[in-house]
Amino acid sequence: MGLSKTATGLNILQDELKIERTSPEDKIIALGGNPNVGKSTVFNKLTGLNQHTGNWPGKTVTNAFGAYNYKNCNFILVDLPGTYSLMANSVEEEVARDFICFAEPHATVIVIDATCLERNLNLVLQTLEITSKVILCVNLIDEAKRKNINIDLEKLSEELGIPVVGTSATKSIGLSSLMDEIYKLCCNEVELTPINIKYTKEIEEAISMVEEKVKTMIPSKLNPRWTSIKLLEGDMKLLNSIDKYLGFDLSKENTIINEVKRARDFLKTTGIDSDSFRDITVSTLVNISERISKKVVTINNKDYDDFDRKIDNYLTSKKFGFPIMAFLLMVIFWITISGANIPSEILAKGFTILEDSLSLFFQWINAPSWLHDVLVLGIFRTLAWVVSVMLPPMAIFFPLFTLLEDLGYLPRVAFNLDNFFKKSYACGKQALTMCMGFGCNAAGIIGCRIIDSPRERLIAVITNNFVPCNGRFPILIAVTSMFFAGIVKGSFQPVILTLIVTTVIVLGIFMTLLISKILSKTILRGLPSNFTLELPPYRKPQVGRIIIRSIFDRTLFVLGRAVVVAIPAGLIIWIMANVYIRDSNILTFTANLLNPLAKLIGLDGYILLAFILGFPANEIVIPILLMSYMATGSLTELNSLAELKDFLVANGWTWVTAISVMLFSLMHWPCATTCLTIRKETQSLKWTIVSFLTPTLAGFAVCFLVVNLIRFFNLL
Amino acid sequence: MKDNYIPLSSLSVGEKAVVKKLTSKGLIRRRLMDLGLINNTVVEVLHKSPLGDPVAYLIRGAVIALRSEVASMILIEKFNLEEK
Repeated sequence: MGLSKTATGLNILQDELKIERTSPEDKIIALGGNPNVGKSTVFNKLTGLNQHTGNWPGKTVTNAFGAYNYKNCNFILVDLPGTYSLMANSVEEEVARDFICFAEPHATVIVIDATCLERNLNLVLQTLEITSKVILCVNLIDEAKRKNINIDLEKLSEELGIPVVGTSATKSIGLSSLMDEIYKLCCNEVELTPINIKYTKEIEEAISMVEEKVKTMIPSKLNPRWTSIKLLEGDMKLLNSIDKYLGFDLSKENTIINEVKRARDFLKTTGIDSDSFRDITVSTLVNISERISKKVVTINNKDYDDFDRKIDNYLTSKKFGFPIMAFLLMVIFWITISGANIPSEILAKGFTILEDSLSLFFQWINAPSWLHDVLVLGIFRTLAWVVSVMLPPMAIFFPLFTLLEDLGYLPRVAFNLDNFFKKSYACGKQALTMCMGFGCNAAGIIGCRIIDSPRERLIAVITNNFVPCNGRFPILIAVTSMFFAGIVKGSFQPVILTLIVTTVIVLGIFMTLLISKILSKTILRGLPSNFTLELPPYRKPQVGRIIIRSIFDRTLFVLGRAVVVAIPAGLIIWIMANVYIRDSNILTFTANLLNPLAKLIGLDGYILLAFILGFPANEIVIPILLMSYMATGSLTELNSLAELKDFLVANGWTWVTAISVMLFSLMHWPCATTCLTIRKETQSLKWTIVSFLTPTLAGFAVCFLVVNLIRFFNLL
Repeated sequence: MKDNYIPLSSLSVGEKAVVKKLTSKGLIRRRLMDLGLINNTVVEVLHKSPLGDPVAYLIRGAVIALRSEVASMILIEKFNLEEK
C-alpha cells in the first residue's frame, strides 16, 4: 500500500532538475523559504513570470523556474517548495534539500517573513550548514513596520555572516538591492563568513571523528561537516540521493560506515542515541535562532497581532465559523451568477452578428454548404457558446476566489473543516487541496504533496475530483440558470440559483468526506495521522494583481484549452455524424448503444457520449453535446440561455435530466490531464485506475439513486 | 517537579505554558521541533476551531493549529503568575 520510496521524491526531482540554461555562463539561483513568506511574489517580480501566489502554506508545490537579466548576466531563478526545514521529512523538503545540495546553485536565496523572523531563521541556519553561498531576503518588511516590528538588518547580516536584504516584494521595494547582492555573490565579490554552528562537546567530537574520514573520500560537491552530521543522524534518504545524483554509494564505503558506527558508540556512552542526537541538533538551531532574533528584532507594540486574533475569533468561532464560511461561498456564487448574465448576453449577441457575417463570407466565396455547416454552424457556434457562457462566470468567480486566497482565509477553512476530515480519517490539509481543485483538479492533485502521510495523500488524490474544476463549474451554472431559474420570478432568481449551486458544491464536499471515510475503512485502511497547519497572518490583498492574474492565468488559459480541444472535437463529431454504419451514422449508433445505460442514471446516450468524448477537457462536454444534437436534429439559433433551454427540451431534456447532468458533471471520471497527473504523482497505474473509478462509480450510484427516487415519488 | 507537567491539550483558551517534554516520536516529533517546539518554548492557546478540535496555538510568533492528539503529546508546565 502507499507510495514506494522511489515514487515520491527523486523521480519528480529529476524532471525538475532539468533547467534550460541558454549558456553555460548562466547563474543558477535557488529560491527557498518557509511556506507563505511571499517567495513566489519575489520570484514573479524578479523573473516576470506568473507563478500563482496565494496566502496559504504549500502554494509552490513544484519547482518553477524563470530567468532575469542583471548587469548583462543571465540569472535562472528556481522557486523551491516552501518548507519549514530541510530535514527531508516530506517530498517537498526532499525536493528543496536535494536541489540546494546537488544542483549546485551559484547562490541560494532564502526568503523569510519579517513578522516571524525567529521561526524562519531555523531554515536559514539549516541551509548555511549545507552551503555558505546564501543570501537572506527579509521579505514583508513593510508589513513588519506596520506592526511596529523593527529589524536591524545590518546586525542580522553580521550575526549570520551573509548578505541580508530587506524587501517588500509586492511593492517592489528592495528588489534591486537583492539582485545586486545576488550578482555580487555570484561574481565572488562578497566575503562570506557564515555563522559557526556549534553543538555540544560530545556531538562535536563525534562529528569530527566522522568528518576526518568523510573529508577525503566523498565528492567535493558535498559539505563534509554537514554530511557527517547527516550520517550520524542516520539519514538514509541522503545516502540514496548522493548515490542518485553523484553516483557515489556511501553505504559501500566501509571506512566511513565503520567510523560512523564508532562515533555512534561513543555517543551512546555519553547517553546520546540517534533520537536524542537529532533532538539536540534541532534544539541547538532553534536556540541560536532565538538568540539572534532577540538581538535584532525589537517589537514596539506587543499587541501587534491583536487585529488578526480578533478576526480569527469570528471567522473560526463556534457560533460564526460555519455560517460565515457558507455565507462567503454563497456571496461568491451570487455575484458570479447575477454578474455573469449581462456580459453573457452581450457576448452572445456579438457572436450572432459575427456568425451572420461569416455565413455571408462563405456564400461570397462560394464555399460548399457542408464546409459552411462544419465550420460555422458546428465549430464556430459551439465555440461562441463556450466563450459567451463560460467566460463571464469564470472572469468573475476566479478573482473573487483569489481574493479570499490572498487574504489568508483558506487556511482558516482548513482549520474549521479539519474535524470533519479527522472523522473521515483524513488530513485537514485536504481542504486546501480541495480549494486548489476549484481551479483545476490536476493542480489540486499536485497540491496533495503538502500532505505528509502517503495514505492521506492518496485519499486526497482520489477524492479531489469531487470538487468541480473551472471546466465543470460553468456547466453547473448554465444548467441551473436554464432549468431552475423559473422556480421563482423576478429578483429572487439569483438567490435560488445561488442556493442550488451552493448545494451542489456542499454535496461535493460531503462526497469527498464520505468517500475518504470509505477508503480509510477499505483499501486505504489506517488511522488519521497528525498534522500541523499554520494559520498565516491576514494580508492586504493586491486587488489589481488578482484581477490581472486570475483573468490571464486561469480564465484565458482554461478558455484557450477549451477552444483548442473543441476544434478537433468538432471535427470528430462531424465525422461521426456523417459516416454511416448500415442506416444510422456512428454518432447515433454509439448514442443508441449507450442509451440504456444512460437512461438508468437520467441521462441520454448523447449526453453520456459527450461526457466520454469530453475526457480530454471537461469544458467541451456541453459544446460536444450541442454539436451532436445539431448533427442529428435541426439547427437552432442559440442566442441566449432561454433558446438553448428550448433546444435542449426539444431534445428530450426535463428537469430530471438537468439534475442528473449536474450530478454527473460533479461526479465522473477525472479529465485526461488529471489522470496523467495522478499517474505521475502516485507512480502507480493501480491508484490511477482507482482514482478514475471512484468518482465514476459514485456518480453512477448517486444519479441512479436520485433519478429513481424522483421517478418513484412521481409515480406515487 | 515532574508532577507539574500536563499535556498542552488540557489548557484553556488564553492560557500560556512552557514546553517541557515531547512524548511523540518519529515524523510528528520532527515536525513539531521544526516549528520551534523545543524545551522551554512558550506556547499560548489562541482559539479553538468551531468543533473544538483542532486548536490554534501561538508558537514563536506563528499561529499553528494542532489536533488534540498532537497537543496531548506535548507536555507543558503552566505559566506561574509571578514568573510573568
